[in-house]
Amino acid sequence: MVATRKPATGRPVNGKHNYKVIGTRPIRHDGLDKVTGRAIYGADIKLPGLAHGAVLRSPHAHAIIKKVDTSRAEKLAGVYAVITGADMPKADNREVDLGEGAANLKWASNNVMADDKVNYRGQPVAAVAAVDQNTALQALGLIKVDYEVLPAVRDVREAMAKGAPVILSGLVGDDLGKKVKNTNMARHFRHEFGNLDEGFKKSKLVVEHEYELATVHQGYIEPHNATAQWTADNRVTVWTSTQGAFAARRQIAGILRLDDSRVKVIPLEIGGGFGGKIPVYGEPVAAVLSRKCARPVKLLMDRKAVFESTGPTPGGTVKVKIGVDAKGKMLAADADIRFESGGYPGSPVGAGAMCVFAAYNIPNTRIDGYDIVTNKPKSAAYRAPGSTHVAFATEGVVDEIAEKLGMDKIDFRMMNSAKEGTRRADGPIFPKIGHEECLAAAKNSPHWKSKLVKNGPNGKKRGRGIASGYWFNIGLKSVVTISVNTDGTAALVEGSTDIGGSRASIAMQAAEVLGIPAEDVRPVVVDTESIGYTDVTGGSRTCYATGYAAYNAAQSVVSILKERAAKLWDIKSNDVDFKDGVFFNKSDAELKLTFKQLAKKLDETGGPVSATGSVDLSAAGGGYGIHIADVEVDPETGKTDVLRYTAIQDVGRAIHPSYVEGQIQGGAVQGIGWALNEEYFMDQQGRMSNSSFLDYRMPTTLDLPMIETIVLEVPNPIHPFGVRGVGETPIAPPVATIANALYDAVGVRFRQAPMKPGRVMEALAGKK
Amino acid sequence: MVEKVHVRTTLNGEPTEFLVYPYQSLLETLREVIGLTGTKEGCNDGNCGACTVQVDDRIVDSCLVLGVEVEGKKVTTVEGLATPAGLHPLQQAFLEEASLQCGICTPGFLVASKALLDREPKADEHRIRHWLAGNLCRCTGYDKIIRAVQKVGATSKPARATAAQATAKRRPAGARK
Amino acid sequence: MHPFNYVAAKSVDEVTKVLAKHGDRARCLAGGTDLLVQLRAGVYELDAVVDIKTLPAANVLTLNGSLRMGSAVPCHRIYEDKAIAKAFPGIVDGASIVGGIQIQSRAGMGGNLCNSSPSADTVPGLIVHNAECVIAGPKGKRSVAAADFVTGVRRNVLKNGEFLLEVKLPKPDKGFGAAYERFTPRNEMDIAIAGVASSITLGANGKVKDAKIALAAVAPTPVQAKKAEEFLIGKEPTAANIAKASELAREAAKPISDMRGTVEQRKHLVGVLTRRTLTKALERAKEAK
Repeated sequence: MVATRKPATGRPVNGKHNYKVIGTRPIRHDGLDKVTGRAIYGADIKLPGLAHGAVLRSPHAHAIIKKVDTSRAEKLAGVYAVITGADMPKADNREVDLGEGAANLKWASNNVMADDKVNYRGQPVAAVAAVDQNTALQALGLIKVDYEVLPAVRDVREAMAKGAPVILSGLVGDDLGKKVKNTNMARHFRHEFGNLDEGFKKSKLVVEHEYELATVHQGYIEPHNATAQWTADNRVTVWTSTQGAFAARRQIAGILRLDDSRVKVIPLEIGGGFGGKIPVYGEPVAAVLSRKCARPVKLLMDRKAVFESTGPTPGGTVKVKIGVDAKGKMLAADADIRFESGGYPGSPVGAGAMCVFAAYNIPNTRIDGYDIVTNKPKSAAYRAPGSTHVAFATEGVVDEIAEKLGMDKIDFRMMNSAKEGTRRADGPIFPKIGHEECLAAAKNSPHWKSKLVKNGPNGKKRGRGIASGYWFNIGLKSVVTISVNTDGTAALVEGSTDIGGSRASIAMQAAEVLGIPAEDVRPVVVDTESIGYTDVTGGSRTCYATGYAAYNAAQSVVSILKERAAKLWDIKSNDVDFKDGVFFNKSDAELKLTFKQLAKKLDETGGPVSATGSVDLSAAGGGYGIHIADVEVDPETGKTDVLRYTAIQDVGRAIHPSYVEGQIQGGAVQGIGWALNEEYFMDQQGRMSNSSFLDYRMPTTLDLPMIETIVLEVPNPIHPFGVRGVGETPIAPPVATIANALYDAVGVRFRQAPMKPGRVMEALAGKK
Repeated sequence: MVEKVHVRTTLNGEPTEFLVYPYQSLLETLREVIGLTGTKEGCNDGNCGACTVQVDDRIVDSCLVLGVEVEGKKVTTVEGLATPAGLHPLQQAFLEEASLQCGICTPGFLVASKALLDREPKADEHRIRHWLAGNLCRCTGYDKIIRAVQKVGATSKPARATAAQATAKRRPAGARK
Repeated sequence: MHPFNYVAAKSVDEVTKVLAKHGDRARCLAGGTDLLVQLRAGVYELDAVVDIKTLPAANVLTLNGSLRMGSAVPCHRIYEDKAIAKAFPGIVDGASIVGGIQIQSRAGMGGNLCNSSPSADTVPGLIVHNAECVIAGPKGKRSVAAADFVTGVRRNVLKNGEFLLEVKLPKPDKGFGAAYERFTPRNEMDIAIAGVASSITLGANGKVKDAKIALAAVAPTPVQAKKAEEFLIGKEPTAANIAKASELAREAAKPISDMRGTVEQRKHLVGVLTRRTLTKALERAKEAK
């Protein structure tokens, strides 16, 4: 169904609101369990007879598996089962839809357990189930694998070079509709609109640069985990940390060649994902081990494997060219976006193409996107996948044009801003969006208005940068069931795994409709046999779409309760109205019942009340953010410190403002890490050298200031409460923001991320 | 031949005995042998702090301690912070300030923060950031964690808070602002 | 991990006996913050681990002009002692930045020495403080200068059956100052791309009576920048002389390029950090006059 304008409980969607629950900051329902250590995360599950597994991974980035000898491992005391690629069911060569992207099942199967070839270091080649973890690990040491090592392809340039080793021999690339063989290029697509050449010809100023970004990881603190039990009736139960129980079920069933309904996925609490816990890794492997040893098997990934074997976000290149007229109006823009997909196709280059010019109104555009296979782990979604990359390029070029024109950075962006009715370069026409409002708020922010002293202590240089970012947000499918308890509370059953407070934000939307406190709606996340199909927690869709389903379910509950009140008052249900949690008789104001009072009367009016809300939303309503950073650079060491950081974002409607702020702060900080230090450091053989939290260098408490947030509410016209997605937009601007701030500080435009100390130091040395 | 070792310790205030292999970490001991899964594994090499517990008066990464090493020592985990009277003020503040998103790092942050405020109730923002640098959080950007610790510090007694004082100050579970 | 037995050492003899019996299949456990990680990674395969935290002799920390520091003393005990911090600033700078607070609860200088990593943060400080390492073994005790203790990556002077019992730091002369600084991309929880400890002893005439400069993470072992030291001795501690010494220190660095930094970056950083630590050491030396 396509979302329609449906104001909640008679209140206006736009402008001021007088919600009772929405906009408040209740304590999240799952909070108590999570501050006391009681919450059960994926690794915490215990089952009778549980076997512990371990996975042997390829030490080579690119190799043919000639032989795997597991005989010694099988003989080790305490070993229950050993499997290799030969034990995996042969999966179909077909794609399945996962909500946020699709997966080819054969490749997905090879990705969790290689058969004849490894395409990246860390790819699984065998697995063991044993009496305990240490025995399983020792058994791995007894497995002998013969490899024929092939040269590794480490990035998009190497992959596209003439004579590059072809990674997937069966890959048929799609070059603007033309089929190509013997290639690492899985796809090349183009969005074209207007007359690009004409636009550039008319331009008075054209700026063009290529930007390069290293591969980075989502960096969730909880490693992947999977526990599976394959029972004699050919049913598989999986306990795991996943962003989507149904997406996991579909992948697991596809890889195991079972009907979806034969796999039950029980989602446990999840310790971060950011897109990286949409794909499955150990789940099908644990299931196959379980089938072989007739016990439940638990597989815990270690941190090194998380880095080397699970979805990073791609490295790649983005070339952007923008032309403006003498007054600064953008006339034409061209982009060339090349993302590495890792060992199998499927980078987020399509999303990058949707975002690259989304902040601006440009009449003539062309966008080329390339999905390129390389010898790195298969890329996965990471928070606004692709948008950070393209913002780095576009916002760098925009910053430079504004400077060359002598225009104010915000005025220049405002003059060219996308707004309601603007056509996004890949086609869609924007409904009401909030980029202009974000720019205005940035200009008016205490941070932007404050004076920055450009010289810091000990010769350090300071600078301020600003950049825009965009994420389109997604809708898709969600189901919520609400049951009324006779004590006047409600139970809310949902299929969206709660990665950062979504139980609260979904329960709050139901509570708002039902006219009861947030605490009186008890949300519970259930398994794939206990709720209807629900897409992943990702794409900034959960508060929006599952919230919408909760809204619909609550509205249905209200309708049923109106009938119950009508029965009590012996009137037609049309004559019952409901406002602020009170049911009343339209023609007799004296006759009224609160939700709580009416709930007590369920048994005498027809029994239990429960209703299901279900949505399949094709559109979502995009979110914009503007970030401002003050940095201080030590020119001697090249080290950059962030002194002050402000993130401005249009969220449509902040259901729980604390978690909205938290999403914005968290996204901004991931982006700061990406800008300054994080990268996959690959050696000549295509092996990641820094696969630990020590050397991957995510920001610590001591590397950051407080992150100021300015939350704007430009209501999304297609959501009953005006919600837009929140979580992804804030990672789009930071890399560009930091680059622009660095330029302001030291006069060098950095076009390669991360802008690590060595790189900054070298650039400054070169400048002298 | 390596055999299990009998270890006697005080865990969250209670005398506790267990059998472990000498090579099992304290983290593994807590989670797999004793069954307290509140202490989390993030990296197993001392770089994320998710497994932080207190041994006697010091916080440690329990992945870098052997289970056999806590013989005769006092161990406090996240499960030991609340009392029957209610949550520890830091637990309450983490809830009120929305200091957790996914929650996997929360036990480590709580144990580490408590150790800081027990020593230095008036720690300022920089000191809090310095003390907590061994604890990684990937969700929050740390802002709301730091604020929660500051909030509890600001309301604490200036002198070193004793356990009794801390308990007396605790509000019942679920208490609102 | 290969299964090993655990010995909570009660005497020096017990330690040396276990070590002698197992040869390279036994190691001492002090803080364990490197050892346990290395055992999991398969760097060592051990049959026995000897915990020296239970050994009283390895836990001494006494300041009596000179400093005696048992090899199991963790960093926090060193930097939390104000008197030690004042008298031995060069080692306290290093002890304060090893890992985070959790690591500092366990890790100490003894382990840092015996782990013998080029990037060890506390070893350069020990060198510029003229520390002596007291080694216990089957044949009794012997002493080795901290500057000579590490012989290569994960290699040191310890022979079969021997272990590091304590580190002795002589009482600093009047007019002595020292400092350690490292460069890391993050502010904590990081490994030095380069590190420098410097010490200066000012004579009564205000000139440099003695100087020591030790570098971390720029060679297989910590190295002393001897030419830079020699250049400074007898000179006025001016900014120009410090700058010249920093240039000479840079030449003593023989680094490699790896994921943490390049040769050029490391050499450059040695120059910067030598200047900064000499300057800080000079300030401290003036305070100590």
